[in-house]
Amino acid sequence: MSAIISAAALVNVTPVSVPRGEPAYAPAATLEPVWVRALLILIAFAFLTLFLFVPLIAVFYEGLRKGWDVYVAAIFEPDAWSAIKLTLLTALIAVPLNLVFGVAAAWTIAKFEFRGKNILLTLIDLPFSVSPVISGLIYVLLFGLQGYFGPWLRAHDIKILFAVPGIVLATVFVTFPFVARELIPLMQSQGSEEEEAALVLGASGWKTFWHVTLPNIKWGLLYGVILCNARAMGEFGAVSVVSGHIRGETNTIPLQVEILYNEFNIVGAFAVASLLASLALVTLAIKSFIEWRLHHQLTAHQAAYALNHQPS
Amino acid sequence: MPLYRGRQTAPCQLQPDAGTDKTKEVRVLTVSLAIVSKPPQRVLPGFRLSLGFTLLYLTLIVLIPLSAIFLKTFTLTWAGFVDAVTSPRVMASYRLTFGASLLAALVNVVFGGIVAWVLVRYKFPGKRIVDALVDLPFALPTAVAGIALTTLYSANGWIGRYLEPLGIKVAFTPLGVLIALTFIGLPFVVRTVQPVLEDTERELEEAAASLGASRLQTFAKVIFPTVFPALLTGFALAFARATGEYGSVVFIAGNMPMVSEITPLFIVTKLEQYDYAGATAIAVVMLVVSFLLLLTINLLQAWARQRGRAGKV
Repeated sequence: MSAIISAAALVNVTPVSVPRGEPAYAPAATLEPVWVRALLILIAFAFLTLFLFVPLIAVFYEGLRKGWDVYVAAIFEPDAWSAIKLTLLTALIAVPLNLVFGVAAAWTIAKFEFRGKNILLTLIDLPFSVSPVISGLIYVLLFGLQGYFGPWLRAHDIKILFAVPGIVLATVFVTFPFVARELIPLMQSQGSEEEEAALVLGASGWKTFWHVTLPNIKWGLLYGVILCNARAMGEFGAVSVVSGHIRGETNTIPLQVEILYNEFNIVGAFAVASLLASLALVTLAIKSFIEWRLHHQLTAHQAAYALNHQPS
Repeated sequence: MPLYRGRQTAPCQLQPDAGTDKTKEVRVLTVSLAIVSKPPQRVLPGFRLSLGFTLLYLTLIVLIPLSAIFLKTFTLTWAGFVDAVTSPRVMASYRLTFGASLLAALVNVVFGGIVAWVLVRYKFPGKRIVDALVDLPFALPTAVAGIALTTLYSANGWIGRYLEPLGIKVAFTPLGVLIALTFIGLPFVVRTVQPVLEDTERELEEAAASLGASRLQTFAKVIFPTVFPALLTGFALAFARATGEYGSVVFIAGNMPMVSEITPLFIVTKLEQYDYAGATAIAVVMLVVSFLLLLTINLLQAWARQRGRAGKV
């Protein structure tokens, strides 16, 4: 990065150590005065503190306000515990389904040319632009008592709405694009030369996929999976519409948080909510790590590419 | 950013007849999401299988359920539909939803722009952590954000207690809706502007400075035009996300009909009254708005990419 700022100039704002090996010069012509820099950093920090840091701290503070014992008891309370189990089950079904879809969709779109590709891309993105409430509504229209399949389901004694299958379906819908969206640009940037080489050397299609493609996309895949998982475990709107809110049966963690909060069990609500907040923090940590790895991999890939394709 | 040449050797070795010299021309592409070089022919296996599976899954999970919404709307007469989507209570909810979303997106353009600038251009301790935490609204479940913001901004909360004496009520008012929507839209502007700022060439700024431009002039005439498409895209993304938001808003809004009731909540209310057709009619309006926004965003992104490339080559 060319934006290297002299440490001395920033001393008044925040102490900074210049990493060794980078030149510590500042092209003064393209640098703002110290007070402008200080002001901008201050504004950015104030905004982020107000909107990010304080709410995050508040979740843990409120959950732990009455001590560790109350916190642990709130989490192991039977209804909360069953909500945790249902959330895990939902994610365990929804994430692998969307993982398989994501790989198939990315393979189709990144490795082949065909008509209607842009339409397919737009359709894959569609669930992201649909309000969570509407994502739940569509399953009510399909499987509700007045819904299109409602009477048939009732005749065969199958429960989808206000039961676990409905929750899973709504979750699959809202997390649908995550893996595909991460993999498509990654696989497009990698091209298919390595796969072609493997095929020329006699490898089968599946073998090529397992030994060439998968190792190449593993970080991108993991990236998509953790984002997909975070959303699957945290989805509120869509699941709220299809769940029916039956305590101990069809409540996921976010719904349990809502119930506790509306009953003015504030400590209980925040204790359970802190689980989700921790999940969010872990997700962000893994995400940052993968971004660093992906960047590394991409640079290495480019370097290797440049070496192998010197203009003759 | 390192440049690398588009592939031209390997596929051509596999198909000697593929392409004219023109397609073999060295294509300089920036390594970004935009790289799509056309393979001359399908060499890899699995096209039918993967396309078939993709289409089947897409149809089952997305297309059939979504089409149910439009089918259901046809059970209403045109007059009934118009009545359902223009009743005074719905109109009030549109005004709140779109008004607050617009304001929240604008707040995010200003402050998100500053955050992106600070993260790209300046060094300060804890920068990597701050950078990672910008994505918190993506990762934090909306219900958690909702109860946290409500607790903070209620009359005796950490922030609300300082606003209360000033006569500013946030929780359970439309202002609360604005706060929640600002929170969930926060990462969009930062994340669209950040990569564009990273790619801007400092040489241009140096040239402007050497030609006598002040820093402010350089910003207005050189930097701002470069990041403008990204700002606009971020704005549209934040706005689109905010219009459909439910979880973080229902806790802080107070949900009073005509005052602080957002449209998604009104859909839920209709559903709870078993007015499926009414709920669906409003959902159709929201869906059409979302699709239009999606289209706008795609066009904006195409424009931004074009600008970016034109600036580089």
